[in-house]
Amino acid sequence: MSIFAPEAIRRSRAWGAPVLIVFAVLAVAPLVLRAGVDSYLLNLGARGLIFALAALALDYLMGQAGLVSFGHGAYLGLGAYSVAILAALGVDEIGVRLLVAIGVGALFALATGAISLRATGVYYIMSTLAFGQMLYFFAASLSAFGGDDGTTLDARGKLLGSAVLEDDRAFYAFALVLLILAYAVIDRLVGSRFGRVLAATRQNPLRAQAAGFEPFSYRLVACAISGAICAAAGVLLAEQAGFVSPAYQGWQRSGELLAMAILGGVGSLWGPIVGAVAYVILSEQLSTWTEHANMIFGPMLTLVALVGRGGLAGFFARMRRP
Amino acid sequence: MDISVLRRAAAFAAGCLALSASAARADDGVKIGLIVTLSGPSAVLGGQVRDGFQLAVKTLGGKLGGLPAEVIVADDELKPDAAVTKVKGLLQRDNVNFVVGPIFSNVLQAIEKPVTESGVFLISPNAGSSNFAGKSCNPNFFVTSYQNDQVHEVLGKYAQTKGYKTAFVLEPNYQAGKDSLAGFKHDFKGEILEEAFTPLGQLDFSAELAKVATLKPEVFFTFMPGGMGINLVKQWKQAGLSEIPFLSAFTTDESTLPAEKDDAVGDLAGANWAPNMDNPQSKAFVAAYEAAYGFVPGTYAMQAYDAALLIDSAIKGAGGKLADHDALAAALKKADFVSLRGSFKFNNNNYPIQDFYLVKVAKRPDGKYQTEIVEKVFSDFGDDYAKDCQMK
Amino acid sequence: MSTSLFLVQMLNGLQLGVLLFLIAAGLTLVFGVMDFINLAHGVQYMIGAYLAAMFVGWTGNFWIGLALTLPAALMVGLVLERAVFRRLYGREHLDQILATFGLILFLNESVKVIWGAAPLSVPTPDLLSGNVRLVGGVLYPVYRLALIGAGLLVALGLAWLVNGTRVGMLVRAGASDAPMVAALGVDIRQLFARVAGFGAMLAGFAGALVAPIQSVEPGMGDNLLILAFVVIVIGGVGSVRGAFLGALIVGLVDVLGRAFGVPALKLVLSGSVASQAARSLAPMLIYIVMAGVLFWRPSGLFPAKS
Repeated sequence: MSIFAPEAIRRSRAWGAPVLIVFAVLAVAPLVLRAGVDSYLLNLGARGLIFALAALALDYLMGQAGLVSFGHGAYLGLGAYSVAILAALGVDEIGVRLLVAIGVGALFALATGAISLRATGVYYIMSTLAFGQMLYFFAASLSAFGGDDGTTLDARGKLLGSAVLEDDRAFYAFALVLLILAYAVIDRLVGSRFGRVLAATRQNPLRAQAAGFEPFSYRLVACAISGAICAAAGVLLAEQAGFVSPAYQGWQRSGELLAMAILGGVGSLWGPIVGAVAYVILSEQLSTWTEHANMIFGPMLTLVALVGRGGLAGFFARMRRP
Repeated sequence: MDISVLRRAAAFAAGCLALSASAARADDGVKIGLIVTLSGPSAVLGGQVRDGFQLAVKTLGGKLGGLPAEVIVADDELKPDAAVTKVKGLLQRDNVNFVVGPIFSNVLQAIEKPVTESGVFLISPNAGSSNFAGKSCNPNFFVTSYQNDQVHEVLGKYAQTKGYKTAFVLEPNYQAGKDSLAGFKHDFKGEILEEAFTPLGQLDFSAELAKVATLKPEVFFTFMPGGMGINLVKQWKQAGLSEIPFLSAFTTDESTLPAEKDDAVGDLAGANWAPNMDNPQSKAFVAAYEAAYGFVPGTYAMQAYDAALLIDSAIKGAGGKLADHDALAAALKKADFVSLRGSFKFNNNNYPIQDFYLVKVAKRPDGKYQTEIVEKVFSDFGDDYAKDCQMK
Repeated sequence: MSTSLFLVQMLNGLQLGVLLFLIAAGLTLVFGVMDFINLAHGVQYMIGAYLAAMFVGWTGNFWIGLALTLPAALMVGLVLERAVFRRLYGREHLDQILATFGLILFLNESVKVIWGAAPLSVPTPDLLSGNVRLVGGVLYPVYRLALIGAGLLVALGLAWLVNGTRVGMLVRAGASDAPMVAALGVDIRQLFARVAGFGAMLAGFAGALVAPIQSVEPGMGDNLLILAFVVIVIGGVGSVRGAFLGALIVGLVDVLGRAFGVPALKLVLSGSVASQAARSLAPMLIYIVMAGVLFWRPSGLFPAKS
């Protein structure tokens, strides 16, 4: 069974209008809004970008490989705790932190994927949930890093030796650059031979097998890529908040990532970016208006699910058709 | 280009502009940002702090230090990273002069730096972690509650004075639980038959209670906040262990008593205040709180009320000049206000020096439950970490 | 480690298992028959607890309160089915996940608005208060034994319902091949509604049963929901028998693991290392078991669809 609106699916390598507009808006927004040096808006925007990166990673797995993960919060946690551990070891350079997190994320994905991929459908989903929960409990038991309370980071990572990332504008720009980079990498992957085989295993696994491609290894690699990118988002999350705790993982966080991706339109890649930014901004804004924000936010999500096929991207794709 | 594309981009931009439209307005009053937990199982604690603080402002005529006061309430959802964003919103979008909060230590861990580094005063009406009392003390950070260990020390001291030889201790397995055990052991020198740690959120204690029944300690001590405590108290009653004295911290307080009801009556706890405290300002506070909100106030509400009184006195002490940071800091440190609990002054680490009592749960004639003071256990008690703090 | 302590833990594990079964049974039926992932099932458990607290508070009598809770929980289930679930049958699982995720947020907040944020409690009924002396002299509360008994009775009743009645046959057929059942002329919409309502009632019943021994608070169902999913994965989707066995396994493993993890590990490792390791491993144990089951039986132990 397919899991997204066919119109929204990324079919070919194309930097179409939607993507360019999204990135342009994200790049220009802070300037237009006269966001100050250490502005709350930049902080909020950076959070949006970070979750956009995570949602993008999740969407790659869901849209291209056809695998729904309910445990992607684990990768946010892996990235965040990599930062905490490296900071304790005195490693300041953010490039190193990112590389380590990407490696750890990929390894975790390979290890857990090898087991999870033996199952299909809802069993796969629950398997990812199980691994996510295991990591959450493990992190909560690490009393060296504050256990359940978490631990603060003294300073943000350095970019090529300079502390420029302490400036929130620079951090926002850095996050945006990473997002665009990740998008470009994924775009390349989708259009490559690997990507085409992966899509084939999603659309018709039996036929792919008949053609000589073993779905398992392709899916496993996709898991690793998705996990690695999501772990990078975890690094940014830790750097931005200056704080690391098990709360970054857990099924509620994984559920939020799923919601962001579905909201944006699974498979479109640019949709979940918008979905994540919208989700973060909307839930924040609603909470400043009322204490009972979830009474509005919850039904909104439900409505989107009931009405919109393929989320924002699907809606947009249908609008484009004359 | 597609009309729909333009439409969507416009909608997005409009949303962003709406956000920026709620930017700060210039005014001449004082703004307080209240960041507490208002969702999830612990929402009742955040509610008490919010209600206690707002009651104080109302009683002072809507003013603090003579200036019109605006209280902006934010919910940290017990998510430390979300709390950082919200606190930055309070600091930059709302330009608050003071931040009051949070309830939980892990949120405090996350927000202390952003608030104090921006030069705004952070006043905690509940969380009182040990690191900020010692090495990481900060001139912009004040606590109107206590240092977390202190309340547990009350019960350790009481158990030791009463001459109990053996104890069973039950704690939740996170930092506060470990601090609680350390606090209890500070004065209790008897034998602890078992130090039982249960996972956070465990709601079924029949296993641990069975162990208690087998080991038969002379006294039982626990720190089980929120829903965990309610379950423990009910199950303790059901397990038929009433001959063993039940000592606790934050387990039988006004936030959980409405659910625990008769099961908690007679249980002992430690606190820096109780609703039946015999001084005029406390009695007035309790009456006003119950009239306004229908609940018996607990220490959470009391400490929030005191935080408002503290801010009020500080602004007055600085002559209403909110921009004079040093004057405000000095005035805050002086703590020149009449606290609901009687004597109150700050230690060198900006944590309180106050009296602590043994309290007992009782049922009032009107059917409501509250804690009542039995005896004073510590007078003018400062915390142990103050000596590690560099401030004078 | 005495036998009486072990017995107490076995009973606790059984109690958790029985509770999980009541929740998981509805979840697995809804998934099996309607192919619908209902993340909001945990809130249905919570709503049952709140309804029980409310009715018992109004009437002052536990039994009447419990009796009123059942049809009320059923109503809630039917309303949710009509308003939300019905529109999502046949749709992608992802849409169902998003929709029911939104329901969780909405309903958790709603109970706070209606009943307040402070936790509620329900007094234990007089008939069932007090303790029973077990082998070894340890006391065990009568109410918990009654809870286990009630759960086992429901399990038997459900087994009879599913295996021995026409409705049960339709449910089993629906879990196996719903379109075929519809093609054979059965009013599938009514069947779906009944399954959803009944599942909600079971979850609500579990919530009501638990109210006297645990506090009733917003979000109380969320973690149990995850455990329920673990149960149906271990047991096999769509299978009530699988849900029962899965629930017992999860209940016993979780309770016994937490209780005896430290002493067990102390046999092989040194004291403090064993404590730390046990405290890290114990909460993870059921997930490790689930991963293990998936590894050897990727469709669970008793899948309805083979």
